[in-house]
Amino acid sequence: MSTAAPSLSPSRSPVPVAPVDAPRRIRRGSPVTPYLFIGPFLILFAVFVLAPILVLAWSSTRQWILGFDSGGFVGGENYATLLSGQGVLSEEFWRGMRVTAVFTVLSVPLLVTVPFALALLLNLRFRGRTLFRAVYFAPYVLGVAVVGVLWHFLLDARVGPVNHLLGAIGLPDATAWTTSLPAGWVSLVGVTVWWTVGFNAVIYLAALQDVPAELHEAARIDGAGAWRRLWAVTIPHMRRVLQFVVVITIIASANMYGQSALITQEQPGGATRTAIGYIAQTGMRSYDIGMASAMSMILAVCLIAASLLVNQLFRLVGKV
Amino acid sequence: MTAVLPPRRRPRLRRIGLWVLLIGLTCVFALPLLYMLATAFKTPAESVSADFRLWPQDPTLGAFRQILGDDSVPVLRWVGNSLLVAVAHCALTVVLAVLAAYALARMEFRGRRLMMGVILATMFVPAVVMLIPHFLIVNSLGWLNSYAALIIPGAAGAFGVFFLRQFFAAIPRELEEAAIVDGCTQWSTFARIMLPLARPAVATLVVLSFLASWNDYLWPVFVLFSSDMQTLPSGLRLLQAENSTRYDVMMAGAVIASAPVLALYVIAQRWIIEGVSTSGIKG
Repeated sequence: MSTAAPSLSPSRSPVPVAPVDAPRRIRRGSPVTPYLFIGPFLILFAVFVLAPILVLAWSSTRQWILGFDSGGFVGGENYATLLSGQGVLSEEFWRGMRVTAVFTVLSVPLLVTVPFALALLLNLRFRGRTLFRAVYFAPYVLGVAVVGVLWHFLLDARVGPVNHLLGAIGLPDATAWTTSLPAGWVSLVGVTVWWTVGFNAVIYLAALQDVPAELHEAARIDGAGAWRRLWAVTIPHMRRVLQFVVVITIIASANMYGQSALITQEQPGGATRTAIGYIAQTGMRSYDIGMASAMSMILAVCLIAASLLVNQLFRLVGKV
Repeated sequence: MTAVLPPRRRPRLRRIGLWVLLIGLTCVFALPLLYMLATAFKTPAESVSADFRLWPQDPTLGAFRQILGDDSVPVLRWVGNSLLVAVAHCALTVVLAVLAAYALARMEFRGRRLMMGVILATMFVPAVVMLIPHFLIVNSLGWLNSYAALIIPGAAGAFGVFFLRQFFAAIPRELEEAAIVDGCTQWSTFARIMLPLARPAVATLVVLSFLASWNDYLWPVFVLFSSDMQTLPSGLRLLQAENSTRYDVMMAGAVIASAPVLALYVIAQRWIIEGVSTSGIKG
């Protein structure tokens, strides 16, 4: 490796010519240019990403009904009220948190494993693979509003085709899928799996393609069956992607709103209203900014804790 | 030989099992969508009858007429709103992210590492943190019930910048140097050499941000008040409230709301799926 760049006009250069490999990035042109590139993003980033974090920490310490009084500082009182479990706001908030927790616990295992099985299926060799992949992915592009309105109809207890079909094959045909529990959980979780299975499957499928074929071949020669190869070769190679999928799925499930707003319409009696639904309601309909902010903080802390826990678990499993 | 090396060719029975599974799954994913389409063309009575028909007995445009004739649910206006908002949001997101990602990946300037660290750190902040503050900021800017409330607040996310930065960083620097030797300015190196090379990644971000905006539900429900400002997703809620027993009308609304993205999906299916699959690859 040469240490000096072959300069075109060495005599005119007052400073020593830089080695070729030394500067990691090219630094020619005006020093202002980089800021012109990044500036527009930074302005919006500061206003709509950084400022909100500070605003939330601040607004969660006020008693503040938007439009009535600008709100006095109350310290940790909002948090204390919520954590006490006393009063309507606190009870309803924790009811929403329980709904979110139940939905997350029920849906995440399915949303991690079913797409994995689907990805393994789509990774086999057969004709029309891309077409099947496209069909299985299709519900995802629709968005929660269409999916919610559609399944609210399909699952209608009296006139929906799901109960009609169940009746036709001799099963109970009067289940109140959208207005009772626990059937409502089956609806919310089932529809969410139907809607998003393609999304996680496609992420897995891309990662499956990176598992070295030689390893599978070697394991096969050693007499490992398909099941053994799955556990000994495929899954260890997919650890990082699995971890990524688990974390984004927990976050997505904990943010569930549209399904309960449209499919079960928060029935029966608000028993499927999620935490995010109640936060939105409190802050943006009742304008109780202080309380809604404190609720947001509590939910956010729970989510960060859950993500850290998952990462820690994967680290432990990786060490074994 | 076969005792040592199992045969590569799969037994016939397993092939049949595979195809049964593939076709069964196709029904699970496609039938609900086809039933939505069929119901939109049924009469109110047939839409709630117990016969499971994928082809309406007397196909009718009644449900569509009912929607288009009802001024309290201006669905065509919602189509326009959704298109305007999704296109503008997508354009803003992508332009900002491309410029910022290029600077972070390819330029040397004071504060670069700090900016990278801060932007990366915000990727771990749960979205719920933004909800109430965005409402307060949008309110104090006077943007409630406006397009700006839907287009701007979500446009400066960390994901796009990080996603594109990896691609810009992976482009060999010889290309950049050759461009500069040939007399390109920083801008023309970016616009004429680097940007075209990052086209697949940019296309992915276009698709993802368009879909995210088109399908967004919670935010428009809470920041839009008048019926003529709704997007299709938030408008469907009004349609559901007005026609809670008219499933033919609701399905017609769902068909109108999904037709544009499904059409886009049929054209750009491969591309959309590839976009999603690469979004999972974290550098």
